[in-house]
Amino acid sequence: MYQAIVFLPLLGFLIVGLFGNRLGARPSELITSGFMVVAAVLSWVAFFTVALGEHETVTVHVLRFLDLGALQADWTLRIDTLTAVMLIVVNTVSTLVHIYSIGYMHHDPHRPRFFAYLSLFTFAMLMLVTSDNLVQMFFGWEGVGLASYLLIGFWYHKPSANAAAMKAFIVNRVGDFGFLLGIFGVFVLFGTVDFNTIFANAPTYIPAEGAGEAGGAVLNFLGYQLDKQSALTVTCLLLFMGAMGKSAQVPLHTWLPDAMEGPTPVSALIHAATMVTAGVFMLARLSPLFEHSHTALTFVTFIGALTAIFAATVGLVQNDIKRVIAYSTCSQLGYMFVALGLGFYSAAIFHLFTHAFFKALLFLGSGSVIHAVSDEQDMRKMGGLRKLIPTTYWMMVIGTIALTGVGIPATIIGTAGFFSKDAIIEGAFVGHNAFAALAFTLLVIAAVFTSFYSWRLIFMTFHGKPRASHEVMHHVHESPPVMLVPLYILAVGALFAGVVFHDFFIGEVYNEFWKGALYTLPENEILEHFHHVPLLVKLAPFLAMLIGFFTAYHFYIRSPETPRRLAESQPGLYQFLLNKWYFDELYDFLFVRPAKRIGHFLWKTGDGRIIDGLGPDGLSARVQDITRSVVRLQTGYLYHYAFVMLIGVAALVTWMMVGNNF
Amino acid sequence: MLPDLRSSIALASPELFLAIAAMVLLMIGVSVGRKATLLVTSLAIVALAVAAVWVAGFSHDGAAFGGMFVMDSFARFAKVLALAGSAATLLMGYNFIRAARFDTIEFPVLIVLCTLGMMVMISAGDMLALYMGLELQSLAIYVLAASNRDSLRSTEAGLKYFVLGALSSGMLLYGISLVYGYTGNTSFAAIAQALAADQRQLGLVFGLVFVLAGLAFKISAVPFHMWTPDVYEGAPTPVTAFMAAAPKMAAIALTVRVTMDAFEPIAADWRQIVIFISIASMALGSFAAIGQRNIKRLMAYSSIGHMGFVLVGLAANSQEGVRGVALYMLIYLVMTLGTFAFIMSMRRTTGHVENTDELSGLASTNPVMATVMTLLMFSLAGIPPLAGFWAKWYVFLAAINAQLYTLAVIGVLTSVVGAYYYLRVIKIMWFDEPVGGFLPMSGELRAVLGFSGAFILLYIVFGGPIGRVASAAAASFF
Repeated sequence: MYQAIVFLPLLGFLIVGLFGNRLGARPSELITSGFMVVAAVLSWVAFFTVALGEHETVTVHVLRFLDLGALQADWTLRIDTLTAVMLIVVNTVSTLVHIYSIGYMHHDPHRPRFFAYLSLFTFAMLMLVTSDNLVQMFFGWEGVGLASYLLIGFWYHKPSANAAAMKAFIVNRVGDFGFLLGIFGVFVLFGTVDFNTIFANAPTYIPAEGAGEAGGAVLNFLGYQLDKQSALTVTCLLLFMGAMGKSAQVPLHTWLPDAMEGPTPVSALIHAATMVTAGVFMLARLSPLFEHSHTALTFVTFIGALTAIFAATVGLVQNDIKRVIAYSTCSQLGYMFVALGLGFYSAAIFHLFTHAFFKALLFLGSGSVIHAVSDEQDMRKMGGLRKLIPTTYWMMVIGTIALTGVGIPATIIGTAGFFSKDAIIEGAFVGHNAFAALAFTLLVIAAVFTSFYSWRLIFMTFHGKPRASHEVMHHVHESPPVMLVPLYILAVGALFAGVVFHDFFIGEVYNEFWKGALYTLPENEILEHFHHVPLLVKLAPFLAMLIGFFTAYHFYIRSPETPRRLAESQPGLYQFLLNKWYFDELYDFLFVRPAKRIGHFLWKTGDGRIIDGLGPDGLSARVQDITRSVVRLQTGYLYHYAFVMLIGVAALVTWMMVGNNF
Repeated sequence: MLPDLRSSIALASPELFLAIAAMVLLMIGVSVGRKATLLVTSLAIVALAVAAVWVAGFSHDGAAFGGMFVMDSFARFAKVLALAGSAATLLMGYNFIRAARFDTIEFPVLIVLCTLGMMVMISAGDMLALYMGLELQSLAIYVLAASNRDSLRSTEAGLKYFVLGALSSGMLLYGISLVYGYTGNTSFAAIAQALAADQRQLGLVFGLVFVLAGLAFKISAVPFHMWTPDVYEGAPTPVTAFMAAAPKMAAIALTVRVTMDAFEPIAADWRQIVIFISIASMALGSFAAIGQRNIKRLMAYSSIGHMGFVLVGLAANSQEGVRGVALYMLIYLVMTLGTFAFIMSMRRTTGHVENTDELSGLASTNPVMATVMTLLMFSLAGIPPLAGFWAKWYVFLAAINAQLYTLAVIGVLTSVVGAYYYLRVIKIMWFDEPVGGFLPMSGELRAVLGFSGAFILLYIVFGGPIGRVASAAAASFF
């Protein structure tokens, strides 16, 4: 069964990837989607047997992957509760996206390729979440990166799509560089890449009580001799660098908004629900490691909080419907990292789980909107669509109330976000590390912004007067059922995932559910404490949500003039936000342009002038020179020829006389 | 005296046969007139073939005419090559000269006489025999080069070659007289004896330089090569083919014999000269050919370069080196004849063309011809596993084993430069825009080209037996 879950998408990819053009578009869609439906159903079965059942960790050995001296890595599927949760997230969303794409990509001539890539991505993601060691995880990690690159650049005839694909790939390379160093670090420290061994030995890296200096140096990094504790911290930070790249955390977030150049189903699957959460998954999987490095966790909290507030502020002023949701994703990922940093791994995974539903719903819903208004993505050219596409409208509203966390405090009535996001905010209040208080403040503010930009999106798109051209408005139509049914399913998840599962993830049956898949130190009691926060803290996210909603309502329904006046009165701030805090410009200045200059220099001067000039080109030019001068000797005059002969004899005679001591 | 004369005549009987055959052919030609050219040509080919079989199968080693005439396995090897080369040129040339309207009976007769001169050169055991053979061969070529009397270029070529040839003969004679003056002998064996016994003298080394200069002129080695491009270009193509093949081979064989037999005791001296000439020839041949557009001129420089490579083997002064020389000459002969068969086929309805640009896109208009020519060019450039590679391999190996590292390295480097112009011909044939094909090849050219292509391609298969024959030939001197 577990093999089927992982390898059915691969099979789909191989069949459609190799023979898709011969099979035709419709069979390609049916094969990949059919396999995905099977895989998704099996994933839920796995979830019930492993996470909700009695089974402990299930391992399925596939083959020996690497055997190089001390480095040994098996290809083993490791299925515990954490993996089971990821399996249902990945396979459910992927299946729905496959089905949705049948409608959305209907006019595209390269559908077989698209579906092959989707299945390839799903396989790589499954490899990642079922990994039993770091090498296997890295394989999946790179696989999803590759699929992401291919899918962002799917419309390769668009220069902007190509640029975005390259940007995503290159920025992720930066993170992967850290991830690889982290893996090397783990191998140096533990002598293995296998999770079980690493986790078993991790406790020896806590400074022993009263031992003072914790042993000698075990790792040499950048010239620093690190003792056990620092070595573990450095390794964790390097691993986290990989997570920052993949999960678009500041300052490696710049690729995510641009990745919206890809088809919208891709954004829903890869850049909202699954791939970008790989970093969160990785940290949760390595919780036995991170839990022992307080410094690393503090840093994770800081980066998470920074990303949450940064992305939320930028999301306030964006006009592209997909970019708003992309920044929202970025911000929500920040929430998850805050939870991870606080040692509240279960909340992070819970939020990952619920977020997958409502964010995929929002993306697919926005895809439905874009589909309706003839591929227009600018919200300033929408408006008044509520009457024309009511189903999509309601689905988007459900996504929005789930994202903003609508619910009644202190009860169990509420949407998915109400449980997971609020849990994180409450966790931040009781967290113990240096940035917990800051994180709490920032997260509450970010919640206000989240509510604001989410409702702004709804109001700008669906309410008010139509701002699109008459022709476009005339063509507005509701999406076909093949696109709407996935939305319904996701809407159910967005509404009820929180209320149904919160007891398992972060509540009463925590231990029975996780069965040790997440590791926390005995002194980490955040799970206990967050249930007992003051009422005001419990109300804070709720109030934030209300403030955001009413502000948006005021700005975009009651007095649509306010936003413009505000923007005009604060031009500096507005431009700062609109330009995404100038991160792209800064990187362009710091990295891209110098790199291009160096490349240009090495190309023109280094390769062209020096290597070619002194090498092949220079040599051949000298050969030509010699040839010319030799040929010029050949005058055609007899006396010249005779002269050369006599000179030759004279030279030889002279040489024999002088050179041979007579 | 009489038994000695009889055995001498027996030893030189192939040469005598050729001499008589030449006279008979001339008589036939004179009595029948111009119509007899085809008959005379055919008979000349038969005579050459008979002589070749005679030399190869029914001759025995020994010395004749008081040591003036030497027959050994090296001579046998070289003579068979010379005869085969001459016969092949006659075969290839007949149609050409008939089309160019100078199909006189003198053409085959002169070639037979020239071949006779080569055979005397190859078997020379004395300075006088050397000079006699060389002059007989050269005189025949002077006339052949000018044989197209209606063509200004042909006459110019003949005249140039004659004047410079006379100069070189003068040098050679001067050298011989010096050597005679210092050793009191003209016989190779006696010269070697005298040199071994006496102290080496400056005047004798002068003589050596002049003798080698005269020989270098015949093999067109730098700096005595100046006539080559002009004469190759100006002479009728069959004559060029002839000059590039058999006489070169004979002159090399003669040089080997003079250095190995007569001047063996002062090897240190002649090796310096040979190394200098070798390097100069390799370098000039490689560089100057790049600038050529006329394919005959290109082949002239190519032959200059190849002579440099041959001399690398001679410079080694070892049995291995001589074996390398013998193999090189064999392979060079086959490649040259094949290439000239190709050049003679560069014919359109408007006449013969000689410019390399005319080969544009030949691969699409005449793929078979282009493929064989490509093989030939690769072989001339020394690309493995073709025959040309092995030719270079043996001479360089000999040089390395004789500790002539600098010479070998220079040889390899110049062959890299030289590869350029061979590859350029290939590039023109395969990658340039077609300019229209050539007329179909005649049967005899097709046969020569095909044989040549097969030989260089399959040399790696039957190189072993040929190598053994060459080893046996080289063993004559050691």
